[in-house]
Amino acid sequence: MSSAELLRLENVGRDFDVSRPWLNRVIEGVPRQLLHAVDDVSFAVRKGETLALVGESGCGKSTIARLIVGLYAPSRGRIEFDGVEISDPSASAATTGVRRRMQMIFQDPFASLNPRWRVHDIVAEPIIVLNIIENKNQVRDRVAELLTQVGLAPEDGRKYPHEFSGGQRQRISIARALSGRPEFLVCDEPTSALDVSVQAQILNLMSELQSRLGLTYLFISHNLAVVSHVADRIGVMYLGRLVEIADADELFARPRHPYTRMLLDAVPDLEMSGRQRTPVAGEVPNPLSPPSGCTFHPRCPHANERCRTERPELIWHGAKASACHAVQENRI
Amino acid sequence: MILEVKDLSIEFRTRHGTLVAVDGISFSIAPGEVLGVVGESGAGKSLTGTAIIGLLEPPGCIASGEIRLEGERIDNLPYEAMRRIRGRRIGAIFQDPLTSLNPLYTVGEQLVETIRTHLDIGATEAKLRAVALLREVGIPAPEARIDHYPHQFSGGMRQRVVIALALCAEPRLIIADEPTTALDVSIQAQIIQLLKRLARDHGTAVMLITHDMGVIAETADRVAVMYAGRIAEIGPVREVLRAARHPYTAGLMGSIPKIRIASDRRRAPLVQINGAMPRLNAIPAGCAFNPRCDRSFDRCRVERPELRPVGANLTSCWLYE
Repeated sequence: MSSAELLRLENVGRDFDVSRPWLNRVIEGVPRQLLHAVDDVSFAVRKGETLALVGESGCGKSTIARLIVGLYAPSRGRIEFDGVEISDPSASAATTGVRRRMQMIFQDPFASLNPRWRVHDIVAEPIIVLNIIENKNQVRDRVAELLTQVGLAPEDGRKYPHEFSGGQRQRISIARALSGRPEFLVCDEPTSALDVSVQAQILNLMSELQSRLGLTYLFISHNLAVVSHVADRIGVMYLGRLVEIADADELFARPRHPYTRMLLDAVPDLEMSGRQRTPVAGEVPNPLSPPSGCTFHPRCPHANERCRTERPELIWHGAKASACHAVQENRI
Repeated sequence: MILEVKDLSIEFRTRHGTLVAVDGISFSIAPGEVLGVVGESGAGKSLTGTAIIGLLEPPGCIASGEIRLEGERIDNLPYEAMRRIRGRRIGAIFQDPLTSLNPLYTVGEQLVETIRTHLDIGATEAKLRAVALLREVGIPAPEARIDHYPHQFSGGMRQRVVIALALCAEPRLIIADEPTTALDVSIQAQIIQLLKRLARDHGTAVMLITHDMGVIAETADRVAVMYAGRIAEIGPVREVLRAARHPYTAGLMGSIPKIRIASDRRRAPLVQINGAMPRLNAIPAGCAFNPRCDRSFDRCRVERPELRPVGANLTSCWLYE
């Protein structure tokens, strides 16, 4: 693995305005309300690696995916791709060249493919829009090659998305993502809408494509077991913040942050080894009124006074980092 | 036995011919037992549950077989008689807790209404019972929460309310269809523990329908693996999960990602079952799994295997003939 950074996020934040309508605010005297979906997140993705982001619903992992591909603009901080800042919407001309080097795969293959288009046109669209190949015959050959690459037949290009099963549709999404010859793929829960046997097919396909084409992945998932099969490094998110990031093996062998430990504990015991699980207490709090200090403190067995008042920063120790007072103070 | 299902077949009669969605399945559940029913989407597991609670919608219908609740046939009951059984003797928990609750009524009103529909008690007593139920399913401060509306509860708490609703007439059987699928992992574990404890404490039989083997491993006593409308394998949960006999069960278990700590883990791909479950109008002859099975032989392609004892399990596979 080369250590060159392909993508870098620095103190990135994104707020959503969830205020009541203006008239209600004036009459009822309520202030504007902001939801901090992503707050002060920094990490880097190295060329050729898979970085996975895990966390429960509402932790901001999908918002990060959308910030990176430019579907949202960040409220704070900067995002760099291969040294070029892509987070400034006013400099869009300079970023187009960089943007076409990344693509995204979405969660729901039933919603992300246009039902009125033939598969050939869906896969060919990025090629035509990005002007990669102009000759029509060559476009057809390229689409056939892409479909073969993801395990479909070239003749499948004539069909419509509804003629395919969920797994095959996700293969079409992957073919479409690859058609622009990207280096970097943002995969937002690519297998969570699929059955397990099909999920295994897609995960294997993604690993194979990565080694064949030298792709870099940002892989977003709520499932730690899935992540352990694909990720080189893993970042754990909680309520919009990155609480721990480490090499995959290190994270599973020696989880540091109490939230990571809790998530690992919640993974069902399939071997039926009789491992006792510590039941997890509580739920993710309302992100509109997050707890003070460390946002995890109401659910944390190691919380003390400092955790309730002071927000822990992400502190690096070599290749791993965690945001926890108890870890810094060697209490756990 | 609380529930006995014998040779149940469910068909959809459409203009384009009859589709057989569930094809001659048999199983039973004892008091206090949790039977897990697993399978991929389209295997017929939810339809089986729907048929048991008598909520199959046309053109779906029970084509043959029988369903017995505590020895009494319930598959041929008239609508009104079935309505009295539903909720009273069979409780149901569905996947999405938001759509199982009425957003316009408080949780307490919904609980009291259900309790008074099924049990002959007064309003005050019903309310006390509702509070006790909410406490039993682990909702903090139930006296205050009972007057809240469903939207004021989080996902996990809502699912607890749905469980309380299913429990309120002390049913003998609970059909839980994907009760944890819409929930986050940390909440999933809590709901699983709750279901398991309640089944044990009340001697209720539970049919737990899910696609998640992890949930089954944690909750079920026995498990039935369904494929294309048939039971591929049924047996004690340990046996099925750790010593699967049917190639489909083995493939399914192998394809589940497990947390592995090994530096060469990425060089070992997951076991994958090629292809996908057949559509209902194209179920292959013989064993429905044969086109995807790497151990199939001539007999599998022509003759349909029946469930036979293999070890502690019942397996429908010609390999064990």
